[in-house]
Amino acid sequence: MKGHVFKYQDNVDTDVIIPARYLNIADEKELAAHCMEDIDKDFVKQVKNGDILVAGKNFGCGSSREHAPLVIKVSGISCIIAETFARIFYRNAINIGLPILECPEAAAEIRQGDEVEVDLESGSIRNLTQGKTYRAASFPAFMQEIMKADGLINYVKGQVKA
Amino acid sequence: MGMTMTQKILAAHAGLERVEAGQLIKAKLDLVLGNDVTTPVAVHEFEKIGVCCVFDKKKVAIVPDHFTPNKDIKSAEQNKLIRDFARKMEIENYFEIGQMGIEHALIPEKGLVVPGDVVIGADSHTCTYGALGAFSTGIGSTDMAVGMATGEAWFKVPEAVKIVLKGKMGPWVSGKDVILHLIGMIGVDGALYQSMEYCGEGVKALSIDDRFTIANMAIEAGAKNGIFPVDEKTVDYVKAHAVKPYAVYEADKDTEYSRVIEIDLAGIRPTVAFPHLPENTRSIDAVGDVPIDQVVIGSCTNGRLEDLRVAAHVLKGRKVHPRVRTIVFPATQKIYLEAMREGLLEIFVEAGAAVSTPTCGPCLGGHMGILAKGERAVATTNRNFVGRMGHPESEVYLASPAVAAASAITGRISSPEEVMK
Ligand code: SF4
Repeated sequence: MKGHVFKYQDNVDTDVIIPARYLNIADEKELAAHCMEDIDKDFVKQVKNGDILVAGKNFGCGSSREHAPLVIKVSGISCIIAETFARIFYRNAINIGLPILECPEAAAEIRQGDEVEVDLESGSIRNLTQGKTYRAASFPAFMQEIMKADGLINYVKGQVKA
Repeated sequence: MGMTMTQKILAAHAGLERVEAGQLIKAKLDLVLGNDVTTPVAVHEFEKIGVCCVFDKKKVAIVPDHFTPNKDIKSAEQNKLIRDFARKMEIENYFEIGQMGIEHALIPEKGLVVPGDVVIGADSHTCTYGALGAFSTGIGSTDMAVGMATGEAWFKVPEAVKIVLKGKMGPWVSGKDVILHLIGMIGVDGALYQSMEYCGEGVKALSIDDRFTIANMAIEAGAKNGIFPVDEKTVDYVKAHAVKPYAVYEADKDTEYSRVIEIDLAGIRPTVAFPHLPENTRSIDAVGDVPIDQVVIGSCTNGRLEDLRVAAHVLKGRKVHPRVRTIVFPATQKIYLEAMREGLLEIFVEAGAAVSTPTCGPCLGGHMGILAKGERAVATTNRNFVGRMGHPESEVYLASPAVAAASAITGRISSPEEVMK
């Protein structure tokens, strides 16, 4: 996956990713139209399919709303790279099949607008703009299987049937 | 090497002799919880799995509390969806308006969680039940769906921060001040992925309501769960409420912790978290002059009977400042009734505060007290993120019920000591 970067700071919480005032909206696309709007009004206007979100530490802290990784995925973001993720966001992202990578160096050095290429299997992150390469810790096999199945539901469905 | 309390509970539910930090396990669940915001998504996912029914009708609880009583048509549709699902699945613990309360006050009160349980809830403050010596943690809607279908969830076994409490809290200091103080020390990711395990002789002095408040905000330090040892107070509480047997687990003596923090409860002052993070704490003595527009007393953090008693004690015979809107939310119907019988509701109304039926309401910026641009609220809730209670340019200051009540009277953030002179 390859795309341009939207960069955010530390402690981006799920209330700003998708404010609670919209949580009574059932339609994914309609919901995604409000992604990030309280901290970045331009995000939904500028984001393109495949783009990459990069943030500091504790990304996705706060509320357990799965609507948060969902609107990021529906917006077209192909992968999130952060120094660290808040734990509920981390598992929600894996559970819905939204790729995420923890890599402090990459999170610190990648800039807004850089073009970045990510290989999930190997955990390699290439910043094409700056000409630098990083390696994120790879996921345990179990989580890789969930992501490969495009989320926990498909994974469990396979098991329930088997 | 020994195991933490959390690790022992997880091992028992995974059918394993022992587990280690970092290990991925599948654990059996004693309760799966959801609310009116997260359950609609979970129902949708549940239907994709292709099972006919939930794993156990007694072990699923659904509580509409966020946008209820329904604030608009969309919320009513969402609530209808989960109500229909609960009926179809014959879920025994669906709580309708009139019986409901804010989920994390309601579930323990109904006796649905006991020491030694493993509980997941599609709400981040599910960690509240650690107060009773259970492992409980927030998850998302997909985990809820899979939990309802299979009765299991995957977990990464956490390591733990050990928090040793000593001494006794001074006057006007409560569980809220303890947890705000602690988050101020370690930061909003200070216990990321970890358990916060409380111990020490200071625990004894904490009421169960204080423990609920402290465990409730474990998530505000990034923790997976917060957990208290089981003592006489816990057992008394459980005996008065529980509808099922319980199991007591203790951490081993030779357990290693990622970090040990000692807190002298006697040294804690009433504490306020400034916008826009719960870690931006200041002692009440250092808040300066902060005029406010609204006070909210309630939520899963501080909407219990003890909280209302303290607030009523401060407000009794006094008046809310004419510039301040004050709203009190008893967290459950039972708390509402007890507060009524004790005369607390009368004190609130006479002081000029509004009393609401149980709801999350303004805590998440849902309804019933939303802030306009530039407005400031003192709230006994747990989050003060950008836009949490309304307009992105409004501000929330987190405090105890005592500080909130005192501030309602003076119209600026104030210590109860100042008002009660
Ligand atoms: S009271 Fe607030 S924090 Fe608690 S469950 Fe409701 S919205 Fe969440």
